[in-house]
Parts: sequence; structure tokens; C-alpha cells
Amino acid sequence: MADAAVEMVGVNKWFGDFHVLRDINLKVASGEKVVICGPSGSGKSTVVRCINRLEQHQKGTIRVGGVELTNDPKSVAAIRSEVGMVFQQFNLFPHLTVMENLTLGPLKARGLSRDEAEARAMRYLERVHIPDQAQKRPGQLSGGQQQRVAIARSLCMEPKVLLFDEPTSALDPEMISEVLDVMVELASEGITMVVVTHEMGFARKVADNMIFMDAGEIVEQGPPDEFFGAPRSKRCQKFLSQILQH
Amino acid sequence: MKRTLLALLLLIPLAGCSSSATWGWYVVDPSTPSGWTNVKFLISGMGSTIAVSVIAAAISILLGLIVALPGLSDRWGIRAINRVYVEFIRSIPLLPMLFWVFYGLPIIFREMGLDIPIDPFWGAIITLAISDSAFTAEIYRAGIQSIARGQTEAAQTIGLNYYQTMRYVVLPQAIRRILPPLANQFIYIVKMSAFASVIGMQELTRRANELVVTEYRPLEIYTLLIFEYLILVLVISAGVRWLERRMGSDERA
Ligand SMILES: Nc1ncnc2c1ncn2[C@@H]1O[C@H](COP(=O)(O)OP(=O)(O)O)[C@@H](O)[C@H]1O
Ligand SMILES: [Mg+2]
Repeated sequence: MADAAVEMVGVNKWFGDFHVLRDINLKVASGEKVVICGPSGSGKSTVVRCINRLEQHQKGTIRVGGVELTNDPKSVAAIRSEVGMVFQQFNLFPHLTVMENLTLGPLKARGLSRDEAEARAMRYLERVHIPDQAQKRPGQLSGGQQQRVAIARSLCMEPKVLLFDEPTSALDPEMISEVLDVMVELASEGITMVVVTHEMGFARKVADNMIFMDAGEIVEQGPPDEFFGAPRSKRCQKFLSQILQH
Repeated sequence: MKRTLLALLLLIPLAGCSSSATWGWYVVDPSTPSGWTNVKFLISGMGSTIAVSVIAAAISILLGLIVALPGLSDRWGIRAINRVYVEFIRSIPLLPMLFWVFYGLPIIFREMGLDIPIDPFWGAIITLAISDSAFTAEIYRAGIQSIARGQTEAAQTIGLNYYQTMRYVVLPQAIRRILPPLANQFIYIVKMSAFASVIGMQELTRRANELVVTEYRPLEIYTLLIFEYLILVLVISAGVRWLERRMGSDERA
């Protein structure tokens, strides 16, 4: 069997005394879409952030594309070059134009020429449907547009795996769908995605595997039909009933 | 109480003005040949004061950044380098440090078999730069820390290394908050450069001291000296305000 895109085995993490991740086992096959949900504070962000080493786990192993994450800066760099990330707060660079936001990584980290980097940036801006905003600053865009720029910025690095940490939670309701639409289109193109979200409509549409976390543990996982149709654990049932009420 | 004190302070020189016995402005009266010679002598220290201040500030601005960076590390062992440097340097009064550098450091160099003489000019620059670097380091640290963590994280996720993250993402944003206090530090350096007079550097204060010895007119000469610094600092302040306005207008993103 080919290497999993992402593989976490027995991963544990503490913030000081606080045991934030407990024996996380998670396998994401290449091209698979995984959606993680769970109550606030359950450790969803921490799981995702461990995958690209924004947080360090203390026990267990994490492999991305077969490469194990260690303290060796080379392994971190190797994994970061394969993994893109979209944040809840967009984290665009406010002092740069949209175009500069998109070309910075390709120019400085990938060594592309300016022409190549700009051509690539325009290609991905078209993918997220805002090619006409290239010369604006992030502050001049709506939240939905900013998040789409952030997605394009990740895509410009042409990662194998794309992580999303609640990408629509900071958005006004009317802008959520424009971002989700872009994500659904992406999902149809074969990239591996790990998405933390409470947008269950999106999850049903794209997820191959649903994961429910609570108190630092993966409590339940499975394909969306089973997951939504017949959740086994009480905690997951309760969470789903709360979230699906709206 | 405060007001009486202030009135008294103002009265002293004013009272002096009325009686020609205490004031002898002729020593620095540019309309007389000897007065003009004296004024030229006093002002001729301006060049060294400015040169020492500018070079010391330039070194401090660079050194401060180098000291600030370990202070931003996640590891306490690396952060400790920054804390020890800042707390240590900040607690040394300028004058003892000046003596140590000017009289002490050459001995260390000699012991090490190095032939590096330290003249008053470079002694003053080294002292001012090191002393000030503890403060510029704190300015950098605060400025960089004011940039949200998400910016660094985003830079890391698009593959930028530490240097690139600082160079292209963090510092360009932090500079707006760093530059005005940095410029204020420059004023501090200009004023502290007066201490260099005690190791014999020919700057404004030294010139004034030398003239006082020959003319024995401390009141007039030191008054003029104060105005020399005042003018220098006012010019710099105007520059700082211009800079702040420029940075402010750039804020429209
Ligand atoms: N840097 C940190 N230091 C200490 N505690 C943290 C840190 N980051 C997160 N936590 C705690 O870890 C828990 C899980 O956080 P997180 O992964 O962000 O949860 P979620 O994304 O599911 O809301 C929370 O209780 C949070 O307060
Ligand atoms: Mg979270």
C-alpha cells in the first residue's frame, strides 16, 4: 500500500500539565478529504497544527508523505513544503498586495522567477474567482475575498495536503458559501484535505471520512453516511443534534 | 509649592540680567572679534557630537536588533541571552561604562596580544552604542511582538525560513511602531554624548569646559552650551515628527 498522505500514530501532546491530545490515531490517504468536528477546546486546531509543526507533539509519530516529523529542521522544511494551511483569521500579510501575498512563497521559498510566480498567482486567483483583485491590499477586500486569497496563497505553493482550520468561522454568514464553494471545487480536484469545520452541509458533500473529537480524543470516525446516520457514541450524538438544529 | 519653585528658577537668570556684574555676555558676543572666536570655538564641537551620536546610533540600531531576536525565541535558554544582556547593560551607568571601555578595555586587548588603541572618539561611540543597544533591543522586541503570531505562522506555512519571515513579513510591519521610539533614542544618545567630554573627546561639552577654564565665565558659556544642545535636539525632534507623520500616512493600507 502506498504511503498515507498523513499518518498520526499514538500522538500525545501536553500544554504544560494540560493533556490536550490523547492517543490520536489518524490516517489520511492520498486524495482523501477528512472533516474534523467537535466542541470548542476539544483539540481540533492542535491536531491540524501538529501536522505542519506549528505545534510540537511530545509522544507518538506523525508522518507526512512517508516523512516522519522530527526536530530536524530538514524534516520540518520538507513537510512544510508539502502541506498548505488556511487559517480561521486568514492571516494575509496586510502590508503586501494580493499579488505579493501570493508570489512571496514561490519567489523566496521555491525560487521561481517573478514571471513564473505571477503567472501561477493569476492562475490560482482565477481558481478562487477573484483575478481582478490582484493589485489590492487585503484590507480592501471583504472577509470572503480575503479567505479566498488565503486559499490561493496556499495553492501557489502547490502542496499535496491542504489543512483548513475553521476557514469560515470568522466570516459573515453571507460570505460563507463563496468560500465553501471554492473548497468544494478544490475537493473535486484530487488534493488531500483535512478540514476542521462545523459546516455539516459541506462535510456531507465532500468528506470521505468524518472525525469527531472531544476532550483531546478522537471519539468517533467513519464515512459521512454512517457518521450522520447512526453515530454510536453519546457525545457525538449530542454534539450533532446541537449543531444540526440550526 | 511647585509653582513657587518654578518662579524662583526663572527669576534667577532674569535677576542676573539686570545687573551687569553677574553676566558677561561679551565672552560669547559674536560682534566682537574675541567673542566671535569663542563662539566659533564652542560651535566647532558640534561636528564630533553629531558624528559620535550618528555612528553610535547606527551601531545601536543594528546591535539592538541582534540582541532582540533571541528574546523572541520559544526556548527560554535562548531568551535568557536577551534578558541577561538587556538587564546587565541597562543597569550600568554611562560614566563607569565609559571609563571601563576607555581605560579598561585597552588592557584586555593588550593582554590578548591585540594592538587596538581606543581613542576618545571610538571609546565614546562604543560606550554609547552598547549602552543604548539595551534600549533599542527592547524597542525591537516590543515592536516585533506587536505583530500577531498568525503572521509568522502564515509565513512558515508558505515555506519561508526564519530570516525570510523577519525580512519580508514581520519587520516591514513592525517598523512603523519601531521607528518613532528608535528616533527618540537618538535624542538620548545626543545628550549622553556629553559624557565623552570627560575622556577628552573634543565635542560640545568639552569645548565649553575648556573655554570656561580660560575665560572663567561659566554662566554664559554653559548657557550657550545648553542652547547648542537645545537646537540640535529640536532639529532632531522635527525630523522625528516628520517621520511619524510619514509613517502615519502610510498606514492607509
Ligand atoms: N498554546 C497553548 N497553550 C496552552 N493551552 C492551549 C494552547 N493552545 C490551545 N490550548 C488549549 O488546548 C485546548 C485545545 O485547543 P484547540 O486545539 O485550539 O481546540 P479547538 O480547536 O478544538 O477549539 C483548549 O483548551 C485550549 O485552551
Ligand atoms: Mg480551533
